[in-house]
Amino acid sequence: MNDFRYIITGLVLFIVLVTFPLWTRAGKAAPAPVPSLETQAIQQLEEKQCVEGTEYMRANHMSLLEEWRNQVVREGKRTYVAGNGKEYEMSLQKTCLQCHSNKSQFCDQCHNYLGVQPDCWTCHIEPKES
Amino acid sequence: MTTSRRSFIKAGGACLLGLTLWPAVKSFAGNNAGNIENPGAPAGKRWGLVIDMQKCWPKYQEGCRDCFLACRKAHNIPDIADKEEEIKWLWTEPFENAFPEQEHEYIAAGIKGKPFIVLCNHCNNPPCVRVCPTKATFKRRDGIVMMDYHRCIGCRYCMAACPYGARSFNFSDPRPYIKEIDPAYPTREKGVVEKCNFCAERVDLGLVPVCVEACRAGALIFGDLEEPNSVVRKILSGRYTILRKPELGTHPSVFYLV
Repeated sequence: MNDFRYIITGLVLFIVLVTFPLWTRAGKAAPAPVPSLETQAIQQLEEKQCVEGTEYMRANHMSLLEEWRNQVVREGKRTYVAGNGKEYEMSLQKTCLQCHSNKSQFCDQCHNYLGVQPDCWTCHIEPKES
Repeated sequence: MTTSRRSFIKAGGACLLGLTLWPAVKSFAGNNAGNIENPGAPAGKRWGLVIDMQKCWPKYQEGCRDCFLACRKAHNIPDIADKEEEIKWLWTEPFENAFPEQEHEYIAAGIKGKPFIVLCNHCNNPPCVRVCPTKATFKRRDGIVMMDYHRCIGCRYCMAACPYGARSFNFSDPRPYIKEIDPAYPTREKGVVEKCNFCAERVDLGLVPVCVEACRAGALIFGDLEEPNSVVRKILSGRYTILRKPELGTHPSVFYLV
Protein backbone atom coordinates (compact mmCIF):
# COMPACT_ATOMS: atom_id res chain seq x y z
CA MET A 1 0.00 0.00 0.00
CA ASN A 2 3.07 2.24 -0.02
CA ASP A 3 2.52 3.19 -3.68
CA PHE A 4 -1.18 3.97 -3.23
CA ARG A 5 -0.72 7.69 -3.88
CA TYR A 6 1.28 7.15 -7.04
CA ILE A 7 -1.18 4.65 -8.47
CA ILE A 8 -4.20 6.87 -7.86
CA THR A 9 -2.41 9.94 -9.24
CA GLY A 10 -1.36 7.94 -12.32
CA LEU A 11 -4.88 6.61 -12.85
CA VAL A 12 -6.45 10.07 -12.55
CA LEU A 13 -3.88 11.50 -14.93
CA PHE A 14 -4.51 8.64 -17.38
CA ILE A 15 -8.29 9.12 -17.34
CA VAL A 16 -7.94 12.88 -17.77
CA LEU A 17 -5.64 12.41 -20.75
CA VAL A 18 -7.76 9.72 -22.41
CA THR A 19 -10.97 11.74 -22.07
CA PHE A 20 -9.24 14.98 -23.11
CA PRO A 21 -10.84 15.13 -26.58
CA LEU A 22 -14.28 14.53 -25.09
CA TRP A 23 -14.40 17.23 -22.42
CA THR A 24 -12.57 19.92 -24.41
CA ARG A 25 -15.08 19.63 -27.28
CA ALA A 26 -18.17 19.09 -25.06
CA GLY A 27 -21.12 21.19 -26.18
CA LYS A 28 -19.26 22.49 -29.22
CA ALA A 29 -20.63 20.32 -32.05
CA ALA A 30 -19.22 21.14 -35.48
CA PRO A 31 -21.95 22.83 -37.50
CA ALA A 32 -23.55 20.57 -40.12
CA PRO A 33 -22.49 21.63 -43.61
CA VAL A 34 -24.93 23.64 -45.68
CA PRO A 35 -23.54 23.14 -49.17
CA SER A 36 -24.70 25.47 -51.90
CA LEU A 37 -26.06 23.22 -54.62
CA GLU A 38 -26.72 25.96 -57.14
CA THR A 39 -24.59 25.97 -60.24
CA GLN A 40 -25.13 27.70 -63.56
CA ALA A 41 -26.06 24.42 -65.22
CA ILE A 42 -28.65 23.67 -62.54
CA GLN A 43 -30.15 27.16 -62.72
CA GLN A 44 -30.69 26.75 -66.43
CA LEU A 45 -32.62 23.50 -65.97
CA GLU A 46 -36.34 23.75 -66.50
CA GLU A 47 -37.05 20.98 -64.04
CA LYS A 48 -34.51 20.70 -61.23
CA GLN A 49 -34.44 16.93 -61.00
CA CYS A 50 -31.44 14.63 -60.52
CA VAL A 51 -31.37 11.13 -62.01
CA GLU A 52 -33.32 9.98 -58.95
CA GLY A 53 -35.13 11.81 -56.13
CA THR A 54 -33.17 14.00 -53.73
CA GLU A 55 -33.81 11.80 -50.67
CA TYR A 56 -32.72 8.67 -52.54
CA MET A 57 -29.60 10.36 -53.90
CA ARG A 58 -28.68 11.73 -50.48
CA ALA A 59 -28.83 8.29 -48.91
CA ASN A 60 -27.74 6.05 -51.79
CA HIS A 61 -25.55 7.99 -54.22
CA MET A 62 -22.54 5.85 -53.36
CA SER A 63 -24.39 2.63 -54.18
CA LEU A 64 -25.74 4.16 -57.38
CA LEU A 65 -22.25 5.22 -58.46
CA GLU A 66 -20.84 1.80 -57.69
CA GLU A 67 -23.63 0.16 -59.68
CA TRP A 68 -22.94 2.54 -62.58
CA ARG A 69 -19.24 1.74 -62.43
CA ASN A 70 -19.84 -2.00 -62.56
CA GLN A 71 -22.39 -1.73 -65.36
CA VAL A 72 -20.19 0.48 -67.54
CA VAL A 73 -16.78 -1.06 -66.95
CA ARG A 74 -17.66 -4.71 -66.64
CA GLU A 75 -20.92 -5.07 -68.60
CA GLY A 76 -20.43 -2.40 -71.25
CA LYS A 77 -23.89 -0.97 -70.52
CA ARG A 78 -23.75 2.80 -70.54
CA THR A 79 -27.36 3.97 -70.43
CA TYR A 80 -29.24 4.29 -67.15
CA VAL A 81 -33.01 4.22 -67.11
CA ALA A 82 -34.18 6.30 -64.15
CA GLY A 83 -37.24 5.57 -62.05
CA ASN A 84 -39.25 8.07 -64.10
CA GLY A 85 -38.24 6.45 -67.40
CA LYS A 86 -35.70 9.08 -68.44
CA GLU A 87 -32.41 7.83 -69.88
CA TYR A 88 -28.99 9.06 -68.78
CA GLU A 89 -25.44 8.13 -69.70
CA MET A 90 -23.86 6.40 -66.71
CA SER A 91 -20.84 8.64 -66.28
CA LEU A 92 -19.48 10.53 -63.30
CA GLN A 93 -17.63 13.05 -65.45
CA LYS A 94 -20.10 13.37 -68.29
CA THR A 95 -23.40 13.19 -66.40
CA CYS A 96 -23.10 13.97 -62.65
CA LEU A 97 -20.50 16.72 -62.90
CA GLN A 98 -22.16 18.49 -65.81
CA CYS A 99 -24.74 19.80 -63.35
CA HIS A 100 -22.87 19.44 -60.07
CA SER A 101 -19.77 21.25 -61.27
CA ASN A 102 -19.08 22.71 -57.81
CA LYS A 103 -17.16 19.79 -56.34
CA SER A 104 -15.81 21.76 -53.36
CA GLN A 105 -19.37 22.52 -52.27
CA PHE A 106 -21.30 19.54 -53.54
CA CYS A 107 -18.89 16.71 -52.70
CA ASP A 108 -16.23 17.92 -50.31
CA GLN A 109 -18.28 19.70 -47.64
CA CYS A 110 -20.23 16.65 -46.48
CA HIS A 111 -17.40 14.19 -47.11
CA ASN A 112 -15.06 16.28 -44.97
CA TYR A 113 -17.70 16.68 -42.27
CA LEU A 114 -18.17 12.92 -42.12
CA GLY A 115 -14.49 12.08 -42.51
CA VAL A 116 -15.13 10.17 -45.74
CA GLN A 117 -12.34 10.12 -48.30
CA PRO A 118 -13.54 8.67 -51.60
CA ASP A 119 -10.63 8.31 -54.04
CA CYS A 120 -12.58 9.21 -57.19
CA TRP A 121 -10.41 12.15 -58.15
CA THR A 122 -7.06 10.46 -58.51
CA CYS A 123 -8.31 9.27 -61.92
CA HIS A 124 -11.59 11.02 -62.66
CA ILE A 125 -11.20 14.65 -63.58
CA GLU A 126 -12.83 17.22 -61.37
CA PRO A 127 -14.41 20.15 -63.18
CA LYS A 128 -12.76 23.55 -63.09
CA GLU A 129 -14.72 25.75 -60.72
CA SER A 130 -15.31 29.31 -61.75
CA MET B 1 -52.34 -40.04 -47.92
CA THR B 2 -51.11 -39.67 -44.44
CA THR B 3 -48.30 -37.44 -43.34
CA SER B 4 -46.19 -38.52 -40.44
CA ARG B 5 -45.27 -36.02 -37.82
CA ARG B 6 -41.61 -36.50 -38.75
CA SER B 7 -42.01 -35.71 -42.47
CA PHE B 8 -44.28 -32.75 -41.68
CA ILE B 9 -41.56 -31.20 -39.52
CA LYS B 10 -38.96 -31.98 -42.23
CA ALA B 11 -41.05 -30.22 -44.88
CA GLY B 12 -41.56 -27.27 -42.54
CA GLY B 13 -37.81 -27.04 -41.98
CA ALA B 14 -37.14 -27.10 -45.72
CA CYS B 15 -39.65 -24.27 -46.28
CA LEU B 16 -38.05 -22.22 -43.52
CA LEU B 17 -34.60 -22.74 -45.06
CA GLY B 18 -35.94 -21.64 -48.45
CA LEU B 19 -37.43 -18.48 -46.97
CA THR B 20 -34.13 -17.68 -45.26
CA LEU B 21 -32.13 -18.19 -48.44
CA TRP B 22 -34.53 -16.30 -50.72
CA PRO B 23 -33.17 -12.76 -50.08
CA ALA B 24 -29.63 -14.02 -50.72
CA VAL B 25 -30.71 -15.73 -53.96
CA LYS B 26 -32.46 -12.55 -55.08
CA SER B 27 -29.44 -10.35 -54.43
CA PHE B 28 -26.87 -12.68 -55.98
CA ALA B 29 -28.85 -14.03 -58.92
CA GLY B 30 -31.07 -11.05 -59.60
CA ASN B 31 -30.61 -8.88 -62.65
CA ASN B 32 -31.11 -5.19 -63.05
CA ALA B 33 -33.28 -4.47 -66.04
CA GLY B 34 -32.83 -0.74 -65.44
CA ASN B 35 -29.56 -0.50 -67.36
CA ILE B 36 -29.52 -1.02 -71.09
CA GLU B 37 -26.95 -1.31 -73.81
CA ASN B 38 -26.84 1.49 -76.31
CA PRO B 39 -29.27 0.55 -79.08
CA GLY B 40 -26.89 2.09 -81.63
CA ALA B 41 -24.07 -0.27 -80.69
CA PRO B 42 -23.68 -3.26 -82.99
CA ALA B 43 -23.64 -6.52 -81.06
CA GLY B 44 -20.15 -7.62 -82.06
CA LYS B 45 -19.06 -11.05 -80.97
CA ARG B 46 -15.31 -10.70 -81.37
CA TRP B 47 -13.85 -7.38 -82.41
CA GLY B 48 -10.70 -7.49 -84.50
CA LEU B 49 -8.35 -5.18 -86.34
CA VAL B 50 -6.52 -5.59 -89.65
CA ILE B 51 -3.46 -3.38 -90.12
CA ASP B 52 -2.31 -2.81 -93.71
CA MET B 53 1.29 -1.68 -93.32
CA GLN B 54 1.76 -1.13 -97.07
CA LYS B 55 -0.88 1.60 -96.91
CA CYS B 56 0.60 3.02 -93.71
CA TRP B 57 4.28 3.29 -94.63
CA PRO B 58 4.13 6.03 -97.31
CA LYS B 59 2.23 8.30 -94.92
CA TYR B 60 4.44 7.26 -92.00
CA GLN B 61 7.51 8.25 -94.03
CA GLU B 62 5.94 11.68 -94.54
CA GLY B 63 5.70 12.00 -90.77
CA CYS B 64 2.06 11.03 -90.24
CA ARG B 65 1.44 10.11 -86.60
CA ASP B 66 -2.31 10.70 -86.59
CA CYS B 67 -3.36 7.41 -84.99
CA PHE B 68 -0.87 7.70 -82.12
CA LEU B 69 -1.79 11.31 -81.43
CA ALA B 70 -5.54 10.65 -81.60
CA CYS B 71 -5.17 7.73 -79.17
CA ARG B 72 -2.99 9.76 -76.81
CA LYS B 73 -5.46 12.62 -76.79
CA ALA B 74 -8.62 10.54 -76.43
CA HIS B 75 -7.34 8.52 -73.49
CA ASN B 76 -5.26 11.08 -71.60
CA ILE B 77 -2.09 9.04 -72.09
CA PRO B 78 0.94 10.67 -70.45
CA ASP B 79 3.95 11.50 -72.62
CA ILE B 80 6.87 10.25 -70.51
CA ALA B 81 10.26 10.49 -72.21
CA ASP B 82 11.98 7.96 -69.92
CA LYS B 83 11.88 4.61 -71.79
CA GLU B 84 11.74 2.72 -68.50
CA GLU B 85 8.53 4.44 -67.43
CA GLU B 86 6.77 5.34 -70.69
CA ILE B 87 3.09 4.49 -71.17
CA LYS B 88 2.30 2.71 -74.44
CA TRP B 89 -1.13 1.97 -75.88
CA LEU B 90 -0.36 2.23 -79.58
CA TRP B 91 3.21 2.45 -80.83
CA THR B 92 5.62 1.02 -83.42
CA GLU B 93 8.16 -1.78 -83.30
CA PRO B 94 10.60 -2.75 -86.05
CA PHE B 95 9.64 -5.94 -87.92
CA GLU B 96 12.20 -8.14 -86.17
CA ASN B 97 10.89 -7.12 -82.73
CA ALA B 98 7.22 -7.37 -83.63
CA PHE B 99 7.60 -10.72 -85.44
CA PRO B 100 10.82 -12.23 -84.03
CA GLU B 101 10.04 -15.79 -85.15
CA GLN B 102 9.36 -14.72 -88.74
CA GLU B 103 12.57 -12.76 -89.23
CA HIS B 104 15.42 -14.35 -91.18
CA GLU B 105 18.68 -13.27 -92.76
CA TYR B 106 17.33 -13.02 -96.33
CA ILE B 107 14.14 -11.12 -95.48
CA ALA B 108 12.87 -8.73 -98.18
CA ALA B 109 14.46 -5.30 -97.96
CA GLY B 110 10.97 -3.75 -98.05
CA ILE B 111 10.17 -5.41 -94.72
CA LYS B 112 13.48 -5.49 -92.85
CA GLY B 113 13.60 -2.96 -90.03
CA LYS B 114 10.33 -1.35 -91.09
CA PRO B 115 8.11 0.01 -88.31
CA PHE B 116 4.94 -1.96 -87.53
CA ILE B 117 2.03 -0.46 -85.61
CA VAL B 118 1.54 -2.54 -82.48
CA LEU B 119 -1.04 -2.48 -79.70
CA CYS B 120 -2.82 -4.86 -77.34
CA ASN B 121 -3.82 -7.88 -79.43
CA HIS B 122 -7.07 -8.45 -77.54
CA CYS B 123 -6.26 -12.15 -77.58
CA ASN B 124 -9.02 -14.71 -77.70
CA ASN B 125 -7.03 -16.66 -75.11
CA PRO B 126 -5.49 -13.83 -73.10
CA PRO B 127 -2.73 -14.83 -70.66
CA CYS B 128 -3.04 -11.50 -68.82
CA VAL B 129 -6.64 -12.32 -67.85
CA ARG B 130 -5.64 -15.72 -66.54
CA VAL B 131 -2.96 -14.39 -64.20
CA CYS B 132 -4.78 -11.33 -62.83
CA PRO B 133 -5.42 -12.07 -59.14
CA THR B 134 -8.20 -9.49 -58.76
CA LYS B 135 -10.00 -9.96 -62.10
CA ALA B 136 -9.14 -6.33 -62.89
CA THR B 137 -8.28 -7.53 -66.40
CA PHE B 138 -11.08 -9.44 -68.02
CA LYS B 139 -12.43 -10.35 -71.44
CA ARG B 140 -15.72 -8.77 -72.43
CA ARG B 141 -18.37 -10.72 -74.27
CA ASP B 142 -17.42 -8.90 -77.48
CA GLY B 143 -13.79 -10.05 -77.21
CA ILE B 144 -12.27 -6.82 -75.95
CA VAL B 145 -9.69 -7.46 -73.23
CA MET B 146 -10.55 -4.71 -70.81
CA MET B 147 -9.14 -3.32 -67.59
CA ASP B 148 -11.08 -2.22 -64.54
CA TYR B 149 -8.64 0.27 -63.05
CA HIS B 150 -10.72 0.40 -59.87
CA ARG B 151 -9.64 -3.15 -59.12
CA CYS B 152 -6.01 -3.07 -60.27
CA ILE B 153 -3.61 -3.49 -57.35
CA GLY B 154 -0.50 -2.93 -59.48
CA CYS B 155 1.00 -6.40 -58.99
CA ARG B 156 2.15 -6.45 -62.65
CA TYR B 157 1.55 -10.17 -63.14
CA CYS B 158 -0.24 -9.22 -66.37
CA MET B 159 2.85 -7.40 -67.62
CA ALA B 160 4.91 -10.53 -67.03
CA ALA B 161 2.26 -12.67 -68.73
CA CYS B 162 1.72 -10.52 -71.85
CA PRO B 163 4.06 -11.77 -74.59
CA TYR B 164 3.58 -8.55 -76.61
CA GLY B 165 4.71 -5.97 -74.06
CA ALA B 166 1.37 -4.26 -74.53
CA ARG B 167 1.04 -3.20 -70.91
CA SER B 168 2.58 -0.26 -69.09
CA PHE B 169 2.87 0.49 -65.41
CA ASN B 170 2.35 3.92 -63.87
CA PHE B 171 5.48 4.35 -61.79
CA SER B 172 4.41 7.88 -60.86
CA ASP B 173 1.35 10.09 -61.07
CA PRO B 174 0.72 10.44 -64.83
CA ARG B 175 -1.11 13.77 -64.66
CA PRO B 176 1.92 16.09 -64.83
CA TYR B 177 2.88 14.37 -68.12
CA ILE B 178 -0.45 14.91 -69.84
CA LYS B 179 -0.29 18.05 -71.95
CA GLU B 180 -3.99 18.59 -72.45
CA ILE B 181 -6.43 16.65 -70.27
CA ASP B 182 -9.64 15.63 -72.01
CA PRO B 183 -12.36 15.91 -69.35
CA ALA B 184 -14.48 13.29 -71.12
CA TYR B 185 -12.15 10.41 -70.17
CA PRO B 186 -10.44 9.65 -66.84
CA THR B 187 -6.70 9.50 -66.33
CA ARG B 188 -4.98 6.69 -64.47
CA GLU B 189 -3.22 6.96 -61.11
CA LYS B 190 0.13 5.95 -59.72
CA GLY B 191 0.41 2.21 -59.20
CA VAL B 192 -1.93 0.79 -61.85
CA VAL B 193 -1.20 -1.00 -65.10
CA GLU B 194 -2.80 0.28 -68.30
CA LYS B 195 -3.15 -0.70 -71.94
CA CYS B 196 -5.19 -0.23 -75.11
CA ASN B 197 -8.90 -0.87 -74.54
CA PHE B 198 -9.88 -1.05 -78.25
CA CYS B 199 -11.83 2.16 -77.47
CA ALA B 200 -14.50 0.17 -75.64
CA GLU B 201 -16.12 3.48 -74.67
CA ARG B 202 -16.60 4.27 -78.38
CA VAL B 203 -17.44 0.75 -79.52
CA ASP B 204 -20.28 0.65 -76.98
CA LEU B 205 -21.77 3.71 -78.70
CA GLY B 206 -21.46 2.20 -82.18
CA LEU B 207 -18.29 4.06 -83.18
CA VAL B 208 -14.99 2.62 -84.41
CA PRO B 209 -11.78 3.04 -82.37
CA VAL B 210 -10.27 6.50 -82.54
CA CYS B 211 -7.07 5.28 -84.27
CA VAL B 212 -9.15 3.73 -87.07
CA GLU B 213 -11.09 6.95 -87.46
CA ALA B 214 -7.93 9.08 -87.45
CA CYS B 215 -6.05 7.06 -90.10
CA ARG B 216 -6.05 9.02 -93.36
CA ALA B 217 -4.51 6.13 -95.30
CA GLY B 218 -7.26 3.67 -94.36
CA ALA B 219 -4.59 1.30 -93.08
CA LEU B 220 -6.56 0.28 -90.00
CA ILE B 221 -9.72 -1.77 -90.55
CA PHE B 222 -11.95 -2.64 -87.59
CA GLY B 223 -14.70 -5.22 -87.58
CA ASP B 224 -16.30 -8.34 -86.16
CA LEU B 225 -14.24 -11.50 -86.66
CA GLU B 226 -17.21 -13.78 -85.98
CA GLU B 227 -19.35 -12.17 -88.67
CA PRO B 228 -18.54 -13.96 -91.97
CA ASN B 229 -19.55 -10.96 -94.12
CA SER B 230 -17.66 -8.32 -92.15
CA VAL B 231 -14.97 -6.22 -93.87
CA VAL B 232 -12.21 -7.76 -91.77
CA ARG B 233 -13.29 -11.30 -92.60
CA LYS B 234 -13.39 -10.48 -96.30
CA ILE B 235 -9.83 -9.15 -96.14
CA LEU B 236 -8.67 -12.12 -94.08
CA SER B 237 -10.17 -14.62 -96.54
CA GLY B 238 -8.77 -12.80 -99.57
CA ARG B 239 -5.20 -11.97 -98.55
CA TYR B 240 -2.36 -13.54 -96.60
CA THR B 241 -2.07 -12.05 -93.12
CA ILE B 242 0.37 -12.58 -90.29
CA LEU B 243 -0.12 -12.55 -86.53
CA ARG B 244 2.24 -11.71 -83.72
CA LYS B 245 3.67 -14.83 -82.04
CA PRO B 246 0.90 -17.21 -83.15
CA GLU B 247 2.88 -20.16 -81.77
CA LEU B 248 2.00 -19.11 -78.22
CA GLY B 249 -1.67 -19.98 -78.74
CA THR B 250 -2.98 -16.63 -77.53
CA HIS B 251 -5.06 -16.17 -80.73
CA PRO B 252 -4.58 -12.44 -81.30
CA SER B 253 -7.38 -10.36 -82.81
CA VAL B 254 -4.96 -8.00 -84.58
CA PHE B 255 -3.84 -9.10 -88.07
CA TYR B 256 -1.14 -7.64 -90.33
CA LEU B 257 -1.04 -7.33 -94.11
CA VAL B 258 2.53 -7.04 -95.39
